[in-house]
Amino acid sequence: MVLFILCMNVGITVFPGSNCDRDIKRVVDQTLKTCSRFYWHKKNLPSNVDVVIIPGGFSYGDYLRPGIIASHSPIIKSIKKLAKKKTPILGICNGFQILLESNLLPGTLLKNTTLSFVCKWTNIIVHNVNTPFTNQLKLYQKIPISIANGEGRYYVDSETLTSMKKNDQIVFKYENDSNNSIYNIAGVCNEDMNVVGMMPHPERAAEYEINPIDNKPSLSIFASILNQFNIEN
Amino acid sequence: MTLTKNELSYIINRIHRDMTSTESHILNAEWSEHCSYKSSKQHLKPLQTYNLTSIVGHDSGIIEVGDGYVITAHIESHNHPSSIEPFGGASTGIGGVVRDILSSGTRPIALLDGLRFGNVENANTKWIFKNVVSGISHYGNCIGVPTIGGELEFDECYNDYALVDVMCIGLGKKKSLIKNRAKSGDLVILLGNFTGMDGIGGSQFASDSLRSQDDTTSAIQIPNPFIKKLIIEVIMELVNHNYIKAMKDLGGGGLSCAISEIAESLSIGITVDVDKIHTKQKMTPEEIMTSESQERMLLIIDKKKLQKIHQICKKFDLLYSIIGHVTWEKKIIVANKYHVVANLPIDLVVHPPLIDRESSIPRYIMKLKKEKKYSFSYSDLTKIFAKLIVSPNLANKNWVYNQYDYEVGLRTVVKPGYDAAVLKLDNKKYLSVSMDGNPKHCYLDPYYGTLGCFDEACRNIICSGSKLIGMVNHLQFGNPENKEIFWSFLKSLYGLIDYSKNFHIPCIGGKVSFYNETAHGQIKPSPVISMIGISDHPFNTLQIQNNDNLVIIGETKDELGGSEYFYQIFDSYAGKCPQVDFKASKLHMMVVTKLLKNSLVNSITDCSKGGIAMAISKLCMLNKIGCIVNVDQIPSTLKLQIDKILFSESHSRYIMAVPDNKLTKIISILRSNNVIFNLIGKFNTDKLIFKHSNNEIIKINIHTLYKKWMSTINELMI
Repeated sequence: MVLFILCMNVGITVFPGSNCDRDIKRVVDQTLKTCSRFYWHKKNLPSNVDVVIIPGGFSYGDYLRPGIIASHSPIIKSIKKLAKKKTPILGICNGFQILLESNLLPGTLLKNTTLSFVCKWTNIIVHNVNTPFTNQLKLYQKIPISIANGEGRYYVDSETLTSMKKNDQIVFKYENDSNNSIYNIAGVCNEDMNVVGMMPHPERAAEYEINPIDNKPSLSIFASILNQFNIEN
Repeated sequence: MTLTKNELSYIINRIHRDMTSTESHILNAEWSEHCSYKSSKQHLKPLQTYNLTSIVGHDSGIIEVGDGYVITAHIESHNHPSSIEPFGGASTGIGGVVRDILSSGTRPIALLDGLRFGNVENANTKWIFKNVVSGISHYGNCIGVPTIGGELEFDECYNDYALVDVMCIGLGKKKSLIKNRAKSGDLVILLGNFTGMDGIGGSQFASDSLRSQDDTTSAIQIPNPFIKKLIIEVIMELVNHNYIKAMKDLGGGGLSCAISEIAESLSIGITVDVDKIHTKQKMTPEEIMTSESQERMLLIIDKKKLQKIHQICKKFDLLYSIIGHVTWEKKIIVANKYHVVANLPIDLVVHPPLIDRESSIPRYIMKLKKEKKYSFSYSDLTKIFAKLIVSPNLANKNWVYNQYDYEVGLRTVVKPGYDAAVLKLDNKKYLSVSMDGNPKHCYLDPYYGTLGCFDEACRNIICSGSKLIGMVNHLQFGNPENKEIFWSFLKSLYGLIDYSKNFHIPCIGGKVSFYNETAHGQIKPSPVISMIGISDHPFNTLQIQNNDNLVIIGETKDELGGSEYFYQIFDSYAGKCPQVDFKASKLHMMVVTKLLKNSLVNSITDCSKGGIAMAISKLCMLNKIGCIVNVDQIPSTLKLQIDKILFSESHSRYIMAVPDNKLTKIISILRSNNVIFNLIGKFNTDKLIFKHSNNEIIKINIHTLYKKWMSTINELMI
């Protein structure tokens, strides 16, 4: 059966103000060599989409609150349906903010402690290798990765944090530079583990020329999707 | 209103009647120095040397980079607004330069910013600096264009003021460039933001000294990066479908300027119905025609394409209005419901009588030729060295560039903080970009100062392993009505022209900005030069190995006038301004390119601000390795005092790390080309040690120095 899937259908959502949509497409199509398509936010996603990636950027110019206006777009309704069907969904940076505002993931993101935008390279550690986006990584593997955000400080109440730990919902933690995120959290998933949100940008770390340290771990995040569908990279 | 008596009578003579109020507003905007270049235009002609790879006739400079691709480049400043409202001023500066790149039909792929502020200890400087950086960060990040480089300098002459130069680079296909053709009957469309009361008279505001801050609020524009991002995507879709016949951005002078300039360049006329324009509030025709509201583009389209364009705008919920049409008669006609409010010949609007400004050598120049006497002792050297390397002008600028999203777009191969930023293009080639200025040198000698900036910008590109392909510049001066200022402007311009011709580097774009002065007086002459290079393989400068050798190319001369050393340690500029020897400079560029091409070097940088001391420290700090340097081996003019050898800012010098097994080859290449060079040290320690007659005159731990160098500006800005 596996052999019939020659090319996956990776859906990349595009909102007004999405900035990393084309970057993700390049990594999926050229580096990972599979197929992706853009889906404009005004329409529903087709139900045959295999994976959904919500890219970073400034949807609606971050007006009101990052991700909040986008979370009311028509496309979010179909994303919620796909989430229930256990379709793998990854939100990166602003995509993570959108997933939080859509109540598909627990917690919230606060303004950075420096009160300014921060763009730099840092390391994150994998804490859950059972999601569709981490199954090709080793537990506690280090990932050199780029962060770029103004409101990237993850916060959640202690009760929810306890249950998240119990359910293995903490996917990535910062190695040391945590921007005061609670429990050093850099990425989380839902209880079903099919919806993952992360603040750092794996697409910026997946190519060797762009990543000054090591691009393989970040590329494994994308390669995990293929593995999920048993496709050889 | 800024039209002079002579200009008024010139206009009346041309149109044989009094101007209407709208006409007067249009001409005041378009004839401002900012829009018309009436003081500088006649002097700029020799600079327009184009070579085969550049394409003429667009708002931005265009260079072909092979495989059907072109890159576009443009530079602008937003100085007056940034001094009063730094956040919005800097933001709109970016917005403006991005529109110029879009106008050619190319996608903006990178931004650079050259920032100059007053004494960083002043509270007001900190406020301006902090907010300019957040303005750039806010706008650039939001539109998804990476800010990959630039420069930062503090100098008292910019107290209560700011120079905010922004450069944008675009990438596109040659065949998709906007053709800029139009015929009678084509529609004129205004796309994007509402026209409002913000920024009215902005170009006149920028064409006057900033002596009082009353009544200037409405001259400052309001940025909206979200709408700009939508405009970028809409324009890119329209370009891909070839729906646009001609395009112009709305910047200084607003609609008046955009309409008259596009009409002039296409040899057409345009009739505008002001009632059709989507406005924020009720406005008079005068206000509509001169409003500098941001995030607007003017498009000329074929009637038949309107429906398709409508659909694309609707997809992005972007507003547009059909504001007029193209006519064959070369006139700008503005009408509202009731009557025609302006009817002017295009050439009158676009070509004001040029002004032949007088110039004379500034009196201060002679006084600054002689160095101030100072005392110096070997025992102070380590202290002086440590102070200088971490001083605000030489310190690492991570506090600034970490606020910019420099990665978006997946192109940034060499990140900010190195000699030149390097971008990956779509045709597997790499673009290097640098930006340099040196107002202290230009103050002492505007001609050699400008040559020096040009040379430094080139050296930075050469060090990244690239070939020089084009230059854009921005000349910023005080009041051109002042003869001494105008003399400096001319000298600086001659510097640009001479260098450009001698090195066959095409000047693909530039701007002139006058009236940069405050109640404290004029700014120093501040030309900023940005150089663009291209390569097949970018050079990675972070490869120093233990036991590598330190080699210097070039001669160190007694040229400490305007040096960071004199300025930071002795609070003086006076002395000899470094000169550029064209022959040596060319030879060194050729040889360095050869060495990098043959992979003979592990790391390289050029000597500029802070001299050899700074260049070696930078290599050591970035590679996190120390070095023992024998100062006596540094090739220099006879009997040069040690501090001068270390801190002189002579041009055309490079320092590099060379592995043992490649040393003989390098020496033979350098010898056979008659290059002045020497082996001056070894990277084999964690300390940076400078030796003179076998005494350690400077000794400093490289990790301690690095920490301080990285944190200077952070600590200042807490």
